[in-house]
Amino acid sequence: MKRVYVDEQWCLGCHLCEYNCAFANSGLPDMVLALKGKPIYPRIHIEGHDKITYAVSCRHCEDPICVKSCIAGAISKDGEVVKIDRSRCVSCYTCILVCPYGALTPDENGVMQKCELCLENACGEPACVKGCPNRAIIYEERGEA
Amino acid sequence: MGVDFIYPEFEVIRNESRCIACRVCERQCANEVHFFSPERGIMMSDETKCVDCQRCVSLCPTRALKIIRSDCALRENANWPDSTIKEIYRQASSGGVLLSSMGTPKAYPVYWDKIVINASQVTNPSIDPLREPMETRVTLGKKPDKIRRGEDGRIVYELPPQISLSMPILFSAMSYGSLSYNAHASLARAAEELGILYNTGEGGLHEDFYCYGPNTIVQVASGRFGVHMDYLKAGSAIEIKIGQGAKPGIGGHLPGTKIVGDISRTRMIPEGTDAISPAPHHDIYSIEDLRQLVFSLKEAINYSKPIIVKVAAVHNIAAIASGIARSGADIIAIDGIRGGTGAAPTRIRDNVGIPIELALAAVDQRLREEGIRNNVSLVIGGSVRSSTDVVKAIALGADACYIATSALLALGCHLCRTCHTGKCNWGIATQNPELVKRLNPDIGSKRLVNLMTAWRHEIMELMGGMGINSIEALRGNRLMLRGVGLTEKELEILGISHAGE
Repeated sequence: MKRVYVDEQWCLGCHLCEYNCAFANSGLPDMVLALKGKPIYPRIHIEGHDKITYAVSCRHCEDPICVKSCIAGAISKDGEVVKIDRSRCVSCYTCILVCPYGALTPDENGVMQKCELCLENACGEPACVKGCPNRAIIYEERGEA
Repeated sequence: MGVDFIYPEFEVIRNESRCIACRVCERQCANEVHFFSPERGIMMSDETKCVDCQRCVSLCPTRALKIIRSDCALRENANWPDSTIKEIYRQASSGGVLLSSMGTPKAYPVYWDKIVINASQVTNPSIDPLREPMETRVTLGKKPDKIRRGEDGRIVYELPPQISLSMPILFSAMSYGSLSYNAHASLARAAEELGILYNTGEGGLHEDFYCYGPNTIVQVASGRFGVHMDYLKAGSAIEIKIGQGAKPGIGGHLPGTKIVGDISRTRMIPEGTDAISPAPHHDIYSIEDLRQLVFSLKEAINYSKPIIVKVAAVHNIAAIASGIARSGADIIAIDGIRGGTGAAPTRIRDNVGIPIELALAAVDQRLREEGIRNNVSLVIGGSVRSSTDVVKAIALGADACYIATSALLALGCHLCRTCHTGKCNWGIATQNPELVKRLNPDIGSKRLVNLMTAWRHEIMELMGGMGINSIEALRGNRLMLRGVGLTEKELEILGISHAGE
């Protein structure tokens, strides 16, 4: 399947992916309205330190441990995409404990959220990929899990 | 402060109603202009450090930023413009020579813009390049002046070494050291994909780029940095650099702080030592001396590749070119006063040399008159900004054009003219690894290929309009050009008629 890959060699640590992600998932028509004066809760996060940075988001594992561990049955696989039904999340945070990538994070109300490749929002393609100024985040088919 | 204080040249205008304080501007500014003020909860800026490179403007996701010229001005004075007075303040403070980067910003006449191109109407057909073949390929090198036949009467096909280009453009010399690794990688990859050449400049050839050899011109300049046998053999041509349009008559100086790691190895000098290129080649004081170097290099590569001699356009350029054409060189490259540089003394850059259009016309004319035009190909550079500049240069007599500033612009350069600070926010003219990685060669080479592909299309359209289907038929075809608003003398030197004639 097509996945979001990160090439840390080109990641500038500019954090634009986080803002593009938060905006894409806000459901609002303009970025200023969506993000101004508020803390953001993106589904992709820049990790690293001064010298090396890279963006981390859900890997959409073939055999996702988060799906197995979710006590409410909120996380499931829809085809190959790992999705979350946020109305069923009980905020037990078991997924946070088990995800080896730290890809799941809570929103401002403590309800879990995760990258769904922007397939459900108006962006239609991963906003982090579209907005990356140095093509450090790539959305492509690579054949491996 | 006090007597030394110069009000910042630029102002950072931040639209508070749009700024979401994402701090991209802060993270991307190597000059540290932007910062977040936790007390106020907003972004602030220190304009004294701004060089107007527009990196923050380009990356701001809400278009909250713009950089404008400050309107804080000294009292208007036609004889003492603001910039002149401030240069005096700077020199009074530092005691040093003023340094600048890129081509001169002074308003020298741009003759390209005073020349118009012909097109066919009624009596001679124009050609549609989308329907009919159109040749933009050129070969550079010494051409035979007559047909030779062997004892059996058959034509002897042996030609002196040539280089073949898919279009009449080459990327001009910019050294590894003045440019980043990724900028060089972008140029080399684009040259290979386009079937043209790029030029190493005087900095040697990084070991990673030997694979692009067929698309490389290796340069030998007065400092002889990075020159060794494998280097000379690596490229498709060797260029002897005598002069550069932005700084005729002077050498170069790459500070020791930039001679680190790969650059030290590539230039073959110890880390931390200044790379000083002398003003002259210490073994060239005459055309005869130049001939010796030309033939030494030819001997070294077994006469297999053409030798280019690059000079700056100066007053007696026609006579100089005539001498070079007789020195055994295969190609002459001439660089005009508007040409760029990674660093040059401001006064030299802004005042020494002549415009390339006049130099080109004078050289082509002189070589024809002396019957030695076929001895050499002519490559010109020094602010070739568009496909029409290329077409006009070819019609004035050039075989091909060197472009450098245009190529850097394609890579993201915003012409802020502060290359000499080494803090290029676009990852082009810097060696800081944090900044170098901002230029992804996948993107850079693609943008160069796009630019050249677009120019090639335009060149074909322009040629088609003139009813010409081969770039060879355009070369020196000055009847295709007319001057607008030029004096008799300028028209005479350019060898063209005025519009309406």
